Amino acid sequence: MIADLLEYDFLRQTFLTGILIGIIAPLLGTFIVVRRLSLIADALSHVTLAGIAFGLFLEKKFAFMVLPPIYSGLLFSVMGSIFIEKLRSVYKAYQELAIPIILSGGVGLSVIFIALADGFNTELMNFLFGSASAVSRTDFITILIITIFVLVIITLFYKELFTLSFDEEHARVSGIHSKQIHLLFIILTALVIAASIQIVGVLLVSSLMTLPVAASMRIAKGFKQMMFLAIVFGELAVMIGLISGYYLNIPPGGTIVVVAIIILLIAIGYKKLQVTKGG
Amino acid sequence: MNSIISLRNINYSYEKKTILHHINFEIPRGAFVGLLGPNGGGKTTLIKIILGISKPDSGSLTLFDKPLEEFKDWNKIGFVSQKSNSFNKGFPASVYEVVSSGLTSKVGYFKFFNQKHKEKILQAIDAVGMSDYTYENIGNLSGGQQQRVFIARALVSEPELLILDEPTVGVDYENVQRFYELLHDLNKQNGITLLLVTHDTGTMTKYATNIACLNKTLHFHGKPEEFENLTEKEMSKLYGHDVNIISHDH
Repeated sequence: MIADLLEYDFLRQTFLTGILIGIIAPLLGTFIVVRRLSLIADALSHVTLAGIAFGLFLEKKFAFMVLPPIYSGLLFSVMGSIFIEKLRSVYKAYQELAIPIILSGGVGLSVIFIALADGFNTELMNFLFGSASAVSRTDFITILIITIFVLVIITLFYKELFTLSFDEEHARVSGIHSKQIHLLFIILTALVIAASIQIVGVLLVSSLMTLPVAASMRIAKGFKQMMFLAIVFGELAVMIGLISGYYLNIPPGGTIVVVAIIILLIAIGYKKLQVTKGG
Repeated sequence: MNSIISLRNINYSYEKKTILHHINFEIPRGAFVGLLGPNGGGKTTLIKIILGISKPDSGSLTLFDKPLEEFKDWNKIGFVSQKSNSFNKGFPASVYEVVSSGLTSKVGYFKFFNQKHKEKILQAIDAVGMSDYTYENIGNLSGGQQQRVFIARALVSEPELLILDEPTVGVDYENVQRFYELLHDLNKQNGITLLLVTHDTGTMTKYATNIACLNKTLHFHGKPEEFENLTEKEMSKLYGHDVNIISHDH
């Protein structure tokens, strides 16, 4: 693949994009997991699918690219995230209800747009399971901008996000604008999901946000350490998954997730070993 | 005026049930106030009103001589809640990180912790005697140790008033004693005003400078010596036992 990387532009783009999402997906995943919002990632990925299907539908009907699928995906994902927050405030006692509502809404819309566009095509398959060749130049630039944006916002609001995640009541009492910060965070999540879908696919994107965190959680002593380890594990999963997927001719979504699960199992085993050693 | 907190005619009800009735209450600067009373007597509600989390139906509240609506200096108040002891034990945060979260709002948006803040965090950890555990995962500590960390988180922003809502629930006896010693030192040496909600009547009469008893209304507010001299009849009125006696009598 190394030789191919130098030769083919699209492969290089895929690889670089992989490096980027290997950073931002576990980074946001750390906050998502500790705040017990893992399922929101799934809901948003399905809304993103609806957006992508909408983009593909426009493309097919009007025979030119009105809105590249990544942009329609982004748009739907962000709208979905705001809608989830609205629903969570409507159903205060049953906040998790927002997730099946948004998830099924996303799938429903996807089905409609796919049918209107006269059925499946390979492009849509790429979005479902990820693809090593689906990343265009526009996609890469867009994901690069999203990555920079996410990194800047997380750096700026790290202490507020941590305080909020650890103890929401304490954060509110001490005067942190928890609602606004939470909304900002959910929008970031929507952006990262829409960005990651190109490579890992709709069905597996949430795993790239949660599995590396689940693994690092077993080992880390502090929050920053957990975040750092999650990114290392995420990168490992993306790199090994992309390369093996390319050689085995398998969509990278599958190989990336399997590598992430292997890392998780090793982390659990390592922890068990430590506990037995310690007495 | 030398009152840090002043409550005037506070009334609060929830779903048509009166929780607090005509509460008048002052906390002088430098006091160590023990707030006692039965479960459901409205202690936590009163704290929530002071912290601006719940709004009273009527009455007025001043904090540091400012009406609640105008009060912005929340950093002057540190809060250790009942719930802090039942936080998510699996949350992977070090003692240092937890304590640093107490500085978040004081440092402010778009600013980062500098060397001075870092020293303050380490000092607060030291003040509660947890220096040996600075980089340990908080989930691995005992209940008493965790509670000390939460005190440190409240102390790090250098509050003038520290409010603690039943902080010793789930902490073993020996550590509870050490915990009260710590509070005593904070009050005497650092001059921090304390408002402590507790069930522990015996210990409070030993450490507190003022005692308040709350059961819907404020039944007693005075010195610990006076509290110890309360007659049994007055005590049963406070805890509402006479009501129970009647209901058992049929």
